[in-house]
Amino acid sequence: MYASIKSFASSFFVTGDPLIYGADVSIVLTSIAVLFVLFYFKKWGWLWREWLTTVDHKKIGIMYLFASLLMLFRGGVDALLMRTQLALPNVQFLQADHYNAVFTTHGTIMILFMAMPMMFGLFNMVVPLQIGARDVAYPFLNSVSFWLFFFGAMLFNLSFVIGGSPDAGWLSYPPLSEMSGSPGVGENFYIWGIQISGIGSLATGINFIVTILKMRAPGMKFMKMPMFTWSVFSSSIIIIFAFPILTVTLALLFIDRYMGGHLFTMDGGGFPMMYINLIWMWGHPEVYIVVLPAFGIFSEIVATFSRKRIFGYKSMVFALLSISILSFFTWVHHFFTMGSGADVNVAFAIATMAIGIPTGAKVFNWLFTMFRGRIRLEQPMMWTLAFIPCFVVGGATGVMLAVAPADYQYHNSYFLIAHFHQVLIGGVVFGYLAGIYYWWPKLFGFKLNERLGKYAFWLWNIGFYVCFMPQYALGFMGMTRRVYTYGWDMGWGPLNLVSTIGAFLMGIGFVFQVWQILYSVKYGERDTTGDPWNARTLEWSIPSPPPMYNFAVVPVVDERDSFWEDKERRDFAPAPPVPVSKLESIHMPKNSGVPIIFAACWFIAGFGFVFDWKWMAFSGLAGVGISLLVRSFTYDTDYYVPLEEVIETEKAAGRAV
Amino acid sequence: MKKRSTIRGLLLLITGLLTTVLLSGCDGKFVVFDPQGPVAQTQYKLIILSAILCAIVVIPVLAITVFIVVRYRDKPGNTAPYKPHWDDSKVLEILWWGIPIIIIIILGGYTARDTYALARTPKTAVTDVKPVEIQVTSLDWKWLFQYPDQNIATVNYVHIPAGVQVHFELTSDAPMNSFWIPQLGGQEYTMPGMAMSLWLQADKTGEFYGTGANFSGEEFAHMRFNVVAESQADFNKWVDSVKSSSNALTEAGYEVLATPGKSDEQSFSSYPPELFDSIVKKNGGHHMDMDMDKDNDDKVDTDEEKSDTKGAHDMDNMDDMGDMDMSNMNSSEMNHK
Repeated sequence: MYASIKSFASSFFVTGDPLIYGADVSIVLTSIAVLFVLFYFKKWGWLWREWLTTVDHKKIGIMYLFASLLMLFRGGVDALLMRTQLALPNVQFLQADHYNAVFTTHGTIMILFMAMPMMFGLFNMVVPLQIGARDVAYPFLNSVSFWLFFFGAMLFNLSFVIGGSPDAGWLSYPPLSEMSGSPGVGENFYIWGIQISGIGSLATGINFIVTILKMRAPGMKFMKMPMFTWSVFSSSIIIIFAFPILTVTLALLFIDRYMGGHLFTMDGGGFPMMYINLIWMWGHPEVYIVVLPAFGIFSEIVATFSRKRIFGYKSMVFALLSISILSFFTWVHHFFTMGSGADVNVAFAIATMAIGIPTGAKVFNWLFTMFRGRIRLEQPMMWTLAFIPCFVVGGATGVMLAVAPADYQYHNSYFLIAHFHQVLIGGVVFGYLAGIYYWWPKLFGFKLNERLGKYAFWLWNIGFYVCFMPQYALGFMGMTRRVYTYGWDMGWGPLNLVSTIGAFLMGIGFVFQVWQILYSVKYGERDTTGDPWNARTLEWSIPSPPPMYNFAVVPVVDERDSFWEDKERRDFAPAPPVPVSKLESIHMPKNSGVPIIFAACWFIAGFGFVFDWKWMAFSGLAGVGISLLVRSFTYDTDYYVPLEEVIETEKAAGRAV
Repeated sequence: MKKRSTIRGLLLLITGLLTTVLLSGCDGKFVVFDPQGPVAQTQYKLIILSAILCAIVVIPVLAITVFIVVRYRDKPGNTAPYKPHWDDSKVLEILWWGIPIIIIIILGGYTARDTYALARTPKTAVTDVKPVEIQVTSLDWKWLFQYPDQNIATVNYVHIPAGVQVHFELTSDAPMNSFWIPQLGGQEYTMPGMAMSLWLQADKTGEFYGTGANFSGEEFAHMRFNVVAESQADFNKWVDSVKSSSNALTEAGYEVLATPGKSDEQSFSSYPPELFDSIVKKNGGHHMDMDMDKDNDDKVDTDEEKSDTKGAHDMDNMDDMGDMDMSNMNSSEMNHK
């Protein structure tokens, strides 16, 4: 009995690595601390009512934001582990299998569990406010999306301490990811973690398309929408076409692994190249999914902090939409060297280069928004200005990579690594950080401290170039990605050491940002105006943080940047308060506990499939079905905020008389 | 003022540090910038060309960015013009949509030219010299090279005669990998059940770095191999010495070799006949054979079918560097049902 328990535990829990024991201890301690605080301060009810069951887009956005920062920490630690291992030749810090797991989880987490939720957080925090809506189109579905992401991410992260992490690369190419190449449960965690959160992502895409199509304030025609809303719209269009491909691809891989299928192995008449095509048909659009909203953020910030209208609005919109279409016609450039033939390679090479055209036009439009403006260098604008040179250089190396014959030399080398980190950090991360600094006061009612922010900014930026510029050179020196060690013979040592120093500078930058948030909670400059940046769009017309129903009176829009134009017309005098007679009771959705339970059941099902415990998998699926039934027969899903409460809230904010 | 000088000092320090390390980093060889054969040479020229074309856009953009940010800062007394309602200019839009389009047309033209050029068998001055055939198999975690004409085999190193075309036939008996000798030319995937072909040539004698480039599992980092290009006479001498001084690779020996693990350099005086073909077939190549034989019987009348379909391991006859005709593959797959 004891022996069987012992043998189960030793395969169930990941053993033998001090780093993992450290993680075990810290996970247990943190969980105990959280539970203790919740019990001691009797906060369970509050947590359940205010957060876990909420359908308020602002709170969901905040939860996305903090979950993604947590994942940024996890992915960042992975990155630092890798850079430590590669700092010098022949370092014995990580073993091969551990290094392979670390780069796999780094990639997967950073794209799917950091960038995506941070983006969804910004969607949620901003879009309804920006279009004058009181919530998203499907608030319940929104909560479902968040909890699916959350439990998917938890399932994936669990593999670090239970069962073993996936280690076949962030896209799990077969045949390596098949049972023959990866017999452990790591790949199962990969499949189910991504599947569960992926369904949530698809639902969010649908939700925001409908929100933007149907929930805009009266008068806000398409060509009067703010640029960020446009970018969310374009990104969501890509989501609804790309994510089903991911779901199907992973389902097919699951069939191979779980039921002994041969869809992606040649020896049963299957086709591994099919997987590689399919996964990149999702994977390439995916990078545009995450970068387009960053473009939208920059557009808002550049206009606000240059005190000038966005330049070339129509051209910007056209560029966004054309990128979202072109993004579906470039996937083959991820495997020019797979031998698709000259015709295919040329077609995809030119399609890839063509994406540079609308992207380049956007850069010029940002520059000319600043031209003849008045530029204020506050934190959101600093990140935007750091983005432009970084992204331009990253884009240029992207065009170089698109040159198919030359790509035979760049492919799988550190040149490629440097390129995609430059566009993903310089574009996506800088963009989201800019957005977080910009909209933070709107959601929380205070600005983030400037001094600490500047330290973080410089550490991130200097660290970035110190880390990734040497990697371009390493690519030309023949260093391939995913090697866990290298010798002295190729002369890769010095540049790798520099790169590692840069990575740690960025890590310190992140620590400063955490400190900045904690410090600002107490000492941050409070925003009493609702419009701390003197900005241009509707979200700044309401108090910070906004009341639960956002807009007491739904605004009427008759031009672009109508909030700014109004301010200009009244010479920046404070907006006159609304007479009480214009207020009325407000129709809002009710909170629901179903989404978190529904997603938790998915988690149980996923965990069961990971270990092939059918009793657990099918009870999880039964729970999923019951949750759906319960929701289907719930008719009491909405309510009216009483007029007195609206009046009271608005009067307290000094906005009604 | 004081803060600024601190930042400046810091920047100076970092620049100094970077320069030192970058200079010392030059001990390492920039293999991609050191082409030693016609394929690498073509790719190198394209790299330089694309870098220059990109620089034509990037450098002015960086300069304009600095200029705009300095000139239009929101400072009291800034006399630069301020036009908050100026938000459109057809001329400028045409300019910055137009210039990138022109650059992409130029770059796309060169890309197409060289893609098609490299898809053909490389032409050399000496056309009467027969190309050397080498069959490459990526294993867990080592490289097996077979010389069908010489009937010898090596592991983790390969000798080629300089100035002679080398035809590498690539497959894998393990998860897919990628075969890369940067100084001779770009890489190509090795995939189980498929035989891909890659034409390379070393112009002069020398030793080159070769590596697996696509992650294939635990000890992937050790999938390095040395490429020795030598004169035809030296090459022949080397072949003879391998034949006389090494053991034969047997079926059983191959099974041992194919088990996961690292390996040192090894040489074999002979190998089981048809070893390469059997590796391709056992990993699924036979499905293609079967389908393609069937094609000959009941021809499916699509244009793609016209290309020669003799079997998986003959795909290298197709006229392209990548050499896998996808359309052909797809149609054969459909027939499989």
